[in-house]
Amino acid sequence: MGFFTDTSVCIGCKACEVACKEWNAVPEDGLNFSGNSFDNTGGLSADTWRHVAFIEKPVEKPAEGVQAVDLGMPTVGQSTPDFQWLMSSDVCKHCTHAACLDVCPTGALFRTEYGTVVVQEDVCNGCGYCVPACPFGVIDQRENDGRVFKCTMCYDRLGAGQEPACAKTCPTDSIQFGELEELRERAAQRVEQLHADGFEKARLYGENPDDGVGGAGAFFLLLDEPEVYGLPPDPVVTTRDLPSMWRHAGVAAATLLIGLAATFLGGRR
Amino acid sequence: MKNSKPQFDSYYGKPVLKAPVWSPLDIGGYLFLGGLAGASSVLAAGAELTARPGLARAGKVAALGAISASAAALVHDLGKPTRFVNMLRVVKPTSPMSIGSWLLAGYGPAAGVAAATAVTGLFPGIGRAATIGAGLLGPAVASYTAVLISDTATPAWHGGYREMPFVFVGSAATAAAGLGMLAADPAEAGPARRAGLFGAALETVAMHQMRSRLGLVAETHHQGKAGKLLKAAEALTIGGAAVGALLGRRSRLAAAVGGAALLAGSACTRLGIFHAGVQSAEDPKYTVEPQRA
Repeated sequence: MGFFTDTSVCIGCKACEVACKEWNAVPEDGLNFSGNSFDNTGGLSADTWRHVAFIEKPVEKPAEGVQAVDLGMPTVGQSTPDFQWLMSSDVCKHCTHAACLDVCPTGALFRTEYGTVVVQEDVCNGCGYCVPACPFGVIDQRENDGRVFKCTMCYDRLGAGQEPACAKTCPTDSIQFGELEELRERAAQRVEQLHADGFEKARLYGENPDDGVGGAGAFFLLLDEPEVYGLPPDPVVTTRDLPSMWRHAGVAAATLLIGLAATFLGGRR
Repeated sequence: MKNSKPQFDSYYGKPVLKAPVWSPLDIGGYLFLGGLAGASSVLAAGAELTARPGLARAGKVAALGAISASAAALVHDLGKPTRFVNMLRVVKPTSPMSIGSWLLAGYGPAAGVAAATAVTGLFPGIGRAATIGAGLLGPAVASYTAVLISDTATPAWHGGYREMPFVFVGSAATAAAGLGMLAADPAEAGPARRAGLFGAALETVAMHQMRSRLGLVAETHHQGKAGKLLKAAEALTIGGAAVGALLGRRSRLAAAVGGAALLAGSACTRLGIFHAGVQSAEDPKYTVEPQRA
């Protein structure tokens, strides 16, 4: 099971952030306006499991043949705004090859029967290894606790046959929950439709099972490059290179043993 | 908004990745002490087999002290001592921290027995077996920490995963060499002086290779706290090894100065690499640009 987040219909209401906090009893982490935008949470963290990004960027010209519609909105001086908003609700990607799960030394992170990735709070020992391992910068340590927390895709609700709180509350169906296969089909159709409507930059992100993380359990329809939204353009699970890392470390260990043994040659000096 | 030219290579310049939450002193110290312990055990085993009791005892005591302090640093970073028990809940080959915990569970007692028998003079047979055991496990203790930090998405750590173990074992060799030069009689410390040269050469070459592979991300080795630490590390390591090798045999003072420089150099290397990693995670440029290339 997974999420498909269609950012083209996100209205930035942040109802998903609130619903997530309410259902999962995630502690309050302050209303900290950055001064950059109306975004008051900033990014995903131990205490923000859904994050709606507000990206203000200059208006782009409509594609050839597409006529901008005058909505007759009240204006002050300027007839058209010189910037536009992109809004996007970000969340843990629940990677098929999940670095956080791989590197966890205690088994606190595990894969559920729904294919999602969840932290067991009572097993996590706060080593923090998963934090720099995540190629998306999702999982984080909770201050004054030391343990890590992130989206569980409402594991408890799934068990009761319900959809996650964020998807349930989303008023525009920007967040959709369901079988990944079905979601991918729906997403592909939506991209086609957007391309036909002149949104040439619309693209899917994280939907490909052959990508660096084996496809994400939460994928997105974006209207611009991933990094515009604070997402890595080509994330790769770090443990893909682990066999090679162990081999290099083995050779290095042998080099140390032989090198230091050699220092004892050459007599009594 | 209107006059500035926005750079949309990230979300308002915020990091894409989360920087390591580890305390630099705890985990930088953990990396340094693990290297010191591992290589000291190898030097101690060599000294034991070539009848250099002073160098052997120094190595064994240093190994036990360093590995105990590194365990303390790890537990301090975890927050509660009871949390360390969870480390031995499972054996997970995909987690270098899990493998490392089990490695330390084998190495720690061996280093402990080696040191205890050396200091008390009791059970020399068991002591010798433990010394050799710790000496054989030592290189693994010194190198696994390179895998530990490379197996992350942190650009300056992951990008250098091929060279990192060689930097680490080189740095481990210089630390153990420095301690041997400080603690043992210069007449016995020949291997330590040569180990200083070996370690310094290995570390310097591997570091150079790593920087050329890191490309843009190698900037993090030259700026900020990491830049200062790594610059100091290079000077201390090369200087300490040279002083030790040239003057360490004749002058006890020179041996002590060279040894202290090598120890300080090794600590600076580990802390510098730690901070380079943090810098590389905090600036989204180091995440986005290499992935775009």
